[in-house]
Amino acid sequence: MTFKLFKRKEKTTPLTKGKSPDRGFLAFANTSEVIKAESLIKEKGWRVRVMGPPPELRTGCDLVIEFPLVEQLNILRLLEENKLTPLEVVPVDDPLLKPVDLFKTTDYGQYLMVRAANMKLTIDKETLQIVNVSGGGCPDVPYLGAILVGKDLQEAPPPREVGHTLCGYALQLAYEEIKRQCSL
Amino acid sequence: MLALIGTVPDKDFPLVSGSVALKGGSLSLDGREISVNRGTPALIAATCVACKGLGLSTPLCFVVGDEGLGKGSRRLYAYLKDQLPATDVQVVTFHYLQPDVDWHNRVLLALEEKGQLPLLIADAGYMYAAKMSGFASCYDLFTPDLGELSFLADEMAPHPFYTRGFILHEEGNVPDLIKRAFEGENAAKTLLIKGSKDYICTKEKILGTVDTPHVPALEPIGGTGDTLTGIVAALTYAGYPVAEAATIAARVNRLAGALANPTPATQVADVVKKIPEALESVLEEIVKDGDGACAAKKYA
Repeated sequence: MTFKLFKRKEKTTPLTKGKSPDRGFLAFANTSEVIKAESLIKEKGWRVRVMGPPPELRTGCDLVIEFPLVEQLNILRLLEENKLTPLEVVPVDDPLLKPVDLFKTTDYGQYLMVRAANMKLTIDKETLQIVNVSGGGCPDVPYLGAILVGKDLQEAPPPREVGHTLCGYALQLAYEEIKRQCSL
Repeated sequence: MLALIGTVPDKDFPLVSGSVALKGGSLSLDGREISVNRGTPALIAATCVACKGLGLSTPLCFVVGDEGLGKGSRRLYAYLKDQLPATDVQVVTFHYLQPDVDWHNRVLLALEEKGQLPLLIADAGYMYAAKMSGFASCYDLFTPDLGELSFLADEMAPHPFYTRGFILHEEGNVPDLIKRAFEGENAAKTLLIKGSKDYICTKEKILGTVDTPHVPALEPIGGTGDTLTGIVAALTYAGYPVAEAATIAARVNRLAGALANPTPATQVADVVKKIPEALESVLEEIVKDGDGACAAKKYA
């Protein structure tokens, strides 16, 4: 596939050079787990494939599963429900990348906001009610907002249980951080 | 014609295209009601009121239900690939869709094969896909917040969740992040960066900033970035050059926020209600001042 009018930059050419900027790898302890995980994920309709691992991931098993990275949260939940825990979950194009671990906290007096990556969670400090969810770009963000806003922080479902994407995962990190700051 | 493209958080919501009407606190699209809250409904609502204020026709919307599993988004991508090039769109705003580089490329190719691309604006998940595709420079405008700007600045990150820690997500670091995003060819032709200070910039330079009225409570309110993108979409459709539209939109969105007298617990529907008043006020000021540059602070 080529574009006539516009030039794509050289470093990411997923269609022409086999790069996969929106795919991730799941690495498991053994081949049996890889096979079970592949079946489970495929049964749910995701497009995945089993491959040999890159050098950075050669830790125990000689196979990895390539999957749509943005749906990491949902796929991990499926695996967890079936008692399958990957050793590592990493982006295909750079297996050394790690999830963001920086948080930005803003104190508005009555309210407290925590940002993790592109997601922000805000609570009322007195009532511990979640008053807003902002940021993000995946379609589960408005869904998570609808579920979480108005709920007590202690009673609200963790975003990892109801979200599906990496934005949902980032919101989970903000949720954990704000609970930590509130000593919950 | 102005097209708005995105998702609503209801898995049972069908794929719908057509004109939309804003009635009270909800949108009516093809006989279906959509609550105006954060996300694409907030974008559509803001665009509708801005179009009305500018004397423009209502936007054409392409919407599907998707709670994050991506099924609705992929149906919409497929529909867009087949249908969007056949429409007479001058401005297209892509919004909350599941990022999918392959589908993104198919839609862009379909538009490109028609001939001249319409003016393209991307925000949220579609902006993530556009960056990852390597075709960011095909877009006329991205509207990232600070976390998303860091993602654009990190040439390795496949999603904001994986932005590397050494790329500091701090307000004081914005000029460096802008430089990195453009140098890595991961930015649209123009960026409107949403934050405590809004930046309008191109590859060549930071054209200006907007930081008044300063309303810190707007940042936690889900959807205030979506309303900003909606306003700038309407202004570009009205014929304003992209950078000028971005500057006016930043001013209007801030003023609408201030008029709503918000707290961090305010919901975005209250901000949308104030957009007509804010738009009228800002446009009057521009006429009064005779300032074609729309009173953005020139960046030193």
